[in-house]
Formats: sequence, structure tokens, C-alpha cells
Amino acid sequence: MIRTGRTQAALLAGKTVRAAARRLGHGGTALPGLVAERVDPDLVRALGAQLECSALITGTNGKTTTARLLASILQEAGRTVVHNRAGSNLMRGLAAALVEAAGKDGRLPQSAVGVFEVDEATLPSAAAATPPQVLVINNLLRDQLDRYGEIDAIRERWQHAIRSLPASTTVALNADDPLVATLADDVRGPVRFFGIEDELDSVDDHAAEAHWHPETGAEFVYDRIFYAHIGHWRCADDGRSRPNPEACARGIAPAAGGVAFLMEIDEASTQVGLPLAGLYNIYNALAAATAATVLGADLDSTTTALAGARAAFGRQECLSSDGHVVRILLGKNPAGLNEALRTLQGRDDALHLLVLLNDGLADGRDISWIWDTEWEALAPRVDSVVVGGRRAADMALRLEYAGFPAPRARQADIGRALDRALAGLPDDAELTVLPTYTALLDVRARLSARAGAPPIWEEA
Amino acid sequence: MARRRLRVAVLYPRVMNLYGDRGNVMALQARAAARDVDLEVDSIEIGDGWAPDETDIVLIGGGQDREQRRVQADLHARSRALQDFRDADGVILAVCGGYQLFGRSYRDNHGGVLRGAGVFDMVSIHPGPRIQRCVGNVVALWEGDTLVGFENHGGRSYLNEGTIPLAEVVVGFGNNGGDGLEGARIRNAFGTYLHGALLPKNPRFADRLLQLALQRRYGENELVPLSDAAEIRAHAETLHRSLRGRR
Repeated sequence: MIRTGRTQAALLAGKTVRAAARRLGHGGTALPGLVAERVDPDLVRALGAQLECSALITGTNGKTTTARLLASILQEAGRTVVHNRAGSNLMRGLAAALVEAAGKDGRLPQSAVGVFEVDEATLPSAAAATPPQVLVINNLLRDQLDRYGEIDAIRERWQHAIRSLPASTTVALNADDPLVATLADDVRGPVRFFGIEDELDSVDDHAAEAHWHPETGAEFVYDRIFYAHIGHWRCADDGRSRPNPEACARGIAPAAGGVAFLMEIDEASTQVGLPLAGLYNIYNALAAATAATVLGADLDSTTTALAGARAAFGRQECLSSDGHVVRILLGKNPAGLNEALRTLQGRDDALHLLVLLNDGLADGRDISWIWDTEWEALAPRVDSVVVGGRRAADMALRLEYAGFPAPRARQADIGRALDRALAGLPDDAELTVLPTYTALLDVRARLSARAGAPPIWEEA
Repeated sequence: MARRRLRVAVLYPRVMNLYGDRGNVMALQARAAARDVDLEVDSIEIGDGWAPDETDIVLIGGGQDREQRRVQADLHARSRALQDFRDADGVILAVCGGYQLFGRSYRDNHGGVLRGAGVFDMVSIHPGPRIQRCVGNVVALWEGDTLVGFENHGGRSYLNEGTIPLAEVVVGFGNNGGDGLEGARIRNAFGTYLHGALLPKNPRFADRLLQLALQRRYGENELVPLSDAAEIRAHAETLHRSLRGRR
């Protein structure tokens, strides 16, 4: 199966590093992949060629959750899945997942299916190394402008990647994001759209990014905006409009800890109870279901797997600490944080918040986006707030403008911020943590250490 | 004292708001309200009318090159009115992409030349997509104080003689990464690459804009000081992050 000595060496190097890392207590890192890729830059192609089929999942938000949902649908359908579950979505993360799944002889399990989330900028190299049966693009939102440059540049990269895909690749696109749906023009093979068919209330987001068609320049107008610039759009001048989705959600209603909706895929339909709250998770579920259909999974497996969905790391994840429920909602860019804040508005208890703002490379060093997030509507519901992270003072100022109560504490150090947040909680009160990406890694590790175990329980 | 009123015209708020620039409007509103000044905000999108005589402050924020190309014709058609407003000591704050468009011209990332509003005697040139953008935290010296913020721009701006720089760069690139200058000023018109948003955590600079506008409309010189505790902390934190670099 392994054709070159170099690939064999890379595989063994990766496995050795992985074993060593596990002994040192670092599970699931991309380090084995990094090492293996250094030894053989062609490793992903060499190992990936054995997969029966694969899915690549990209987009600004929802990659991790969508990939997890797709993997669990496929597992429910009895398939063997190779998945970069740890969320490392650069080439090294794909390499790490393949190295882990391969035997010492370099063989992957029989008929394994690859499910890989890929970073927006990594899509071209990932698609070239393992041409997928299905590529999912969920959304294109403003994120980390200091790292990626302007969002037009990302869309151009995607266009190039899509044009070089074989005609056998199906591309699943979000019909409701005009920056994504209009990528269909560049697809050589089949296109499948997913979207929401519901008359939900329209929102007006300051994080909205799409105003004009990237190629024709026609202005987008909206009958309805679900979040950011995602909704029912059409072009003002030229009659182009949101495509009719092959997979859609209707009759959306809140349900205990999540949402219920009717999912229609082509002629079939199924009632879905998704234990994850927020509209963005409906898009994640639709994206996963669309890809699962392309990969041959049946609708029953989809329904069952979605009903048993568990929150990904830090995405509405619930932990327990010091006798309190601690709920973590990652908010790493304006669209994602605004959706998290809207989810909180649906709750009826008084909120105790720990808001953590870091400006590391993985967060985006530019924190100006906090001025495009909509905290004002939440302010009356907030009982207490602690701010933390390296830009705690900037966040405190933003919250003061939003009419929040004065913070109980401001701590650059996230451990101390967490201590202060837990120490002042009333009995039985829940703590809601809103961290940026590196703050999530930090606070999550501390919460696990406090609990002395991995998450005690997870839910929506 | 009688309740006073100021009017702010925000140019293209829907599309020129890449870096949280609406925080600047929020800061002016909050700081005016704390001084019993009602701040009315007019949003001026492409094709909208604008009444310069009733306007005290003009704001424009940042946008991608695509957005700048989009608003350029509309903005250029307002050049005369904006220059007259400047010459009548109207207060202007132009940030990042808006700053570039308020110069004489901007050669963008595609090599096309956009004619600007000519409020500042300045040309901006994008050296092409292969050249590094100017990205990072900025500290600049301004009137014995510091301005702090974040810059992220491809274009480099060069001031001609009629325009003085707003500030001197301590950390960061500023106008062009070469001459150590940041921003531009003519009369009461200010341009800068700093966002953050700029005004919330640079309260002295925000007050300067308000004070100039009140002086012009009502002949007032003094603003009641505010406590600004959270503002000063945010300013200091940004200073610290800039001077320490990345950790």
C-alpha cells in the first residue's frame, strides 16, 4: 500500500511522536501530523488515496460542528470514518488524522470515509491532495482580517480551488449566503444547495458583509436576514436570486436545549430534534445532512445522529465546576458572537457572564470587531459580569457602552478571571463563558483541571 | 445652560464600517450626551442628500478596496461640498479606507486610480498584492499625549505641503511605514489609519472633535471633564500590548 520509503518513514515518525505525546499527556494534537508532513510533504495524498471517499468542510464558522455531525451520521450509517476531530484544520491536522488511522503498514481501515474540516486558506492545498467526493462551504464571514486579509481574497482562493476540482466532486453550498451560493458558477460538477425556508424575523446585523455581487456588482437586497448577511437575497438589477435549496429546514421552533425543525432533502423529509441551539447550528446540520446524502448515508441515520448530537469543544458545551454549571459559547468573530448572544437572549434566567477577549494570532490581533457585536439587547438580562483576557479593558469599555453593570472584576489572567467569576456566583447560578479562540483553549483546560476529569456532561 | 445640538453626518455607514468604526459614532454620542449635547446622526449612503450647513461633524470609516471603488464616484461628486465644509472649519474624521479616499487620489490594489475628495493634500498608493500590508497595533504621539489603535492597510499615504501630519509614529507603520508620520490634519479635518474603534479609547481626541464642533456652532471652548476610568484603562492596555509586542 505504501509506495515510497519516504512515506513509510513519515508514517512511523508521526506514530512515534503521537505515542510520545500521549505519554506526556498531550492527546489529539497536530504535532504528529506536523512531523510526518515534514518527513513526507506528500503524505496526505499518499494515505488519502486509500479512502473510499471523503468530504472537505470549510467556511468561516461552523466547520468543527459540521464535521462532527457528518462523522456521526456516517458512523450511524455503519461507516468507518477518518476525521480530524481534534479541530486541527491545517494540512498537518489532516496528516495527523490519517497517521492515527493508518496501521504501521500504512493501511487505512477497509472502505474508510474521510471527514475533514479545513481552514479557509488551506482549502486549495487540501482539495489538491485529497480530491473529495463532496466539498461543503458553509459561510463566508468577516474573521481575522489581520491574518487573512479582506474577505474578497478568501473567496478568490476558494474560486481557484473549486475550478480545479474534478467534475466528480459535488459541491454543497449555503444557498442563503450570497458570497457562497454564487460560487456555484465556478463548479464543474454537481452542486447541492442547502438553506432555511422559514419566515423567521429578520435581523439587522452590523456584521453584515455582503452588499454587492462579487462579480457582477449588482446590489444584494434581502427579503429576510437570518444573521450577518445570510438570508433570502436577490440581486436588485439582474434578476439573479438565492437558488432553491435541495436540502432545507422549515417550521423551526425552539425545543428543550435546542431546536426542532422539518428537514427536507429532495423528495424526502424528516422531523429533526437538534439538541444544539441557534440558527447557525441549523445550517451546520443541513450542511452535514447534505454531504451525508452525497456520501450515501440514509435519512434515518441522519435523523438519529442529529438527535444525539453533542456540542463540540467550547461550542455551547456544558461543564461543571465548584457546584455550578458552566456553559461555554465560543465567539471568535462578529457573526459568531452575535449568534451566541442571540441564543442567550432566548433564556429566561438572569445571566452571569465571564467574557474573555484575547488578541493572539489565532484570535486575530485586531479586536475592533467587538464594536460590531450587539451586546445592547442583552444588557437588561445581565446580573453580573467578569471580564478577562489580554484585552479585558477593551471589552470592559465595550460593555460599559452597551449599558452592562460595572464588571465585578477585570483580570488579564484567565485563571484569575475564572476564579473571580466562580467565587461570586449565587448558589445554583449558572456561569456563561464567552471566550475568543485562545481564551477558549485556556479556560477549557482550567475547567477540566478543576473538575479533575474531562467534561462531566455535555448538552446543547 | 440651554440644551445644545450637534449633527453628525456619517458617510456610507453600511459599507464603510470594516473595523468597528461605528464605535466612533457611539463614542461621540455618549460623550456629547454626558455634556447635555444632543447628537443627531444622519446616515448618508450613495445618492443621499446632505446638508453641509446643518452639519457639524463628518465621519467616514474603513472599507475594502472593493467598497472604496463602489463609493468613489458618489464621494468624488461631493468633493466641492466637503472641501467647502473643511474651509468653513467643519469637523471631519476620516479613518483608514475613508482616509485614503479623502486624499487627492488612491491607486488601489488593482492599479486603478480612484480620485478622492481632496480634503487632504495627500496621495495614496497600493504597492500591489505581493507587498506586505501594514498591520498591527499603533502608538502615535499626538499633542503631548498618545493615540492608540490598530492599523490594517495595503495603501501607503504621502502628505503634500498643504497638509500637516496628525501624529508621530512610536509603534507601527503609520501613513507609509517610511517617514514616521501618522494621519493628516487641515483646519478641523483629521484623517488617520487608526481604528480600534479609535474614539472610545482615545477620549481626549474624541473630546477635541466635540470641542471644535461646539466652538464653531456655539462659541464654547470648554468641555466638562468626564471620569473616563474605563476609557483610560483600555487606552493603557492597548499601549501595553503595542509596546510589549506579541506574547
